[in-house]
Amino acid sequence: MAAAFETPALGEYPVIPLVREGAMAHSKPFVAKPEYQKPLGFPGELVPGWEKVAVTKLGELVQQSRALQVFLDTCVKCGACTDKCHYYLGTADPKNMPVARQDLLRSVYRRYYTFAGKHFPKLVGARDITKEVLDDWYSYFHQCSQCRRCSVFCPYGIDTAEISMAARDIMDSVGLGQKYSNEIIGKVHTIGNNLGLPGPALRDTLDGLEEDVKEATGADVRFPLDEQGAEVLLITPSADFFAEPHVDGLIGYAKVLHAAGISWTLSSHASEAANFSLFIGNHDNLQKVAERIREAALELGVKRIVVGECGHAWRVAYSFWNTLIGPFDFLDPRYPAPQHICEVTYDLIRRGALTLDKSANADKVVTFHDSCNVSRGSRMGDAPGGQFLIPREIIRACVERFVDMAPETIGESTFCCGGGGGLLTDDLLELRVKGALPRMQALQQVVEEHGVNYLAAICAICKSQFTKVLPYYKHPMDMIGSVHGLVSNAIVFNRR
Amino acid sequence: MSALTVLYALLFYAAAAILAGGVAWKCWVYARTPQPLKIPIPPAPTTRRGVALRLLLEVTLFRSLFRSNKWIWLFGWLFHVALLAVLARHLRYFTEPVWGWVALIQPFGLYAAFAMLAGLAGLWARRVLVDRVRYISAPSDHLMLALLAAIAASGLAMKYLAHTDIVALKAFFLGLIAFDWQPLPADPALLIHLALVALLMIVFPVSKLLHAPGVFFSPSLNQVDDARERRHAAGWSAQIVRGR
Repeated sequence: MAAAFETPALGEYPVIPLVREGAMAHSKPFVAKPEYQKPLGFPGELVPGWEKVAVTKLGELVQQSRALQVFLDTCVKCGACTDKCHYYLGTADPKNMPVARQDLLRSVYRRYYTFAGKHFPKLVGARDITKEVLDDWYSYFHQCSQCRRCSVFCPYGIDTAEISMAARDIMDSVGLGQKYSNEIIGKVHTIGNNLGLPGPALRDTLDGLEEDVKEATGADVRFPLDEQGAEVLLITPSADFFAEPHVDGLIGYAKVLHAAGISWTLSSHASEAANFSLFIGNHDNLQKVAERIREAALELGVKRIVVGECGHAWRVAYSFWNTLIGPFDFLDPRYPAPQHICEVTYDLIRRGALTLDKSANADKVVTFHDSCNVSRGSRMGDAPGGQFLIPREIIRACVERFVDMAPETIGESTFCCGGGGGLLTDDLLELRVKGALPRMQALQQVVEEHGVNYLAAICAICKSQFTKVLPYYKHPMDMIGSVHGLVSNAIVFNRR
Repeated sequence: MSALTVLYALLFYAAAAILAGGVAWKCWVYARTPQPLKIPIPPAPTTRRGVALRLLLEVTLFRSLFRSNKWIWLFGWLFHVALLAVLARHLRYFTEPVWGWVALIQPFGLYAAFAMLAGLAGLWARRVLVDRVRYISAPSDHLMLALLAAIAASGLAMKYLAHTDIVALKAFFLGLIAFDWQPLPADPALLIHLALVALLMIVFPVSKLLHAPGVFFSPSLNQVDDARERRHAAGWSAQIVRGR
């Protein structure tokens, strides 16, 4: 299919574009039909008197969240965030500047809930809620991947992700939902995973993987499902079950656990790490989707819960699970609950429990893409910054040549892949390609200077997004791979 | 007692009450509003002491802003530090006897007034010249800069152009504090300066100046990164926790 838009050109160095008003006003994801809205507890279509419903909902949300209360009040419009969003850098649409995106909601908050906005709306940029405003919300709050990069650079820590989540929650509450996210959350509720893969099909897929690994390595690496009494319950994004390059990661986890002699299992009841309820900012769904994991862990009698390579899932797991589905007093207290698969692998490497042969990856020059939700929504290990160190240490143990991209594009300053936050849908392809620009710019540099030919990531969304957008920037789509895909290549099973 | 003195006396009582009451009210709202989930911005401190240090660096050195944009940091930091020095210098009009360190910093306070104006000019220039910042600026953003610049300018005018009776002014403010009103000198520069300062105090609790108390309540900056170790619960999440 020929693209109806131009892929941004990569210059010699990154450029902050001049404002082009309305450049992305046409970008809107498909609206959720009533059948996708109702199971999530939202009205099927735009409710009569939606203006009042929306304003009331906004007031409630602000009362329930100190973050919203403080973030909506304290912005001084200093402009520090204006050049930090990958969607602004890739599209030049000023409403993709974080502060301008926040102002879409802040202007309405001011109008109805602040003294200045009630009495001097023009002066402080306060607006009545109208269909025009709602259209702007729908367009531009679906041009935010909730990656939190802007908040790192804000002197008050104002987090646009919180504001865009609230805006999406308000839109859902008046019956204006996004098809992609809401359809997927519905599938998790009814079938158990984002892909709608039922239990028997999952067992079938896992059997196939066991055969593949046996054929390739001669080892009896198992892919257990619903095994009572396993030590570890592995919660991983369903893309790991068959999509490339995700599945190489799953094979990597299985090999690591096999080599370490740790018994483990997947669960057909909780066959999905992803929790798209985060993206739509709805805490009822967030809790409900997370609850399946506690149920599965208790039912299977496991001692540890380990989470696979998935960015936002790890944010939900690390930052929210203890609150939403804790306490984890039924798990082995010697391990963090939950634990990231990278923490498990790193720990085993440090203890010398894995034999890794770097020459298996001798053809690769690897760089690492820090996924936004891992970098800015969570942590690994026991010290700040472990989420940056641990994946890199794993990669270094598995490959001969590793280089980092420019420092302002990695770590806590990492650029989003362009497809996070519920935007990984083909109806937003233009946005996804343009939003990938800053990451592609940084990648291009290490490709030219160091011959990088492998982009490793630990997020299912990043992997799918890069598979799609890399060709637009003249890179092969299979350049993107799982960190545990590298582990899978390098791991050597010791004969016992 | 002139009508002018009565007017300004009442104005300053009202402005002080609105400033103190308004900010206290807002702080109470912030403190009372629950933060149901853990959302610190990493790499976040894992201890309360670390959080205190993080906030200290943010409010004294504007650390995030420094990483973000060196020009905004330069102008913004210059303005705020200068404002602090100027405010400290003004303590001499409200204390008798004047505290030793206040007497000591008097000359610096004077330079600070110019530094403050320079910082404001830089910030204002960005608002006009940088297209991104121009786009996000509302009329109130320009007016706030105008107000602060006018306060600084009218203050400097009294130092260099039209001196006012500083002894009488001090008596006026000490009188306000002691509820024993004294006449206010009727110099135009002084009256403008004082009226603008009162206006600033009045708009503080209903404007973006709330960033000053607000920064301390920002969950992304003030939360400890210990979600796995401590079960966080507040607001709607506390109901889930209680229901278990």
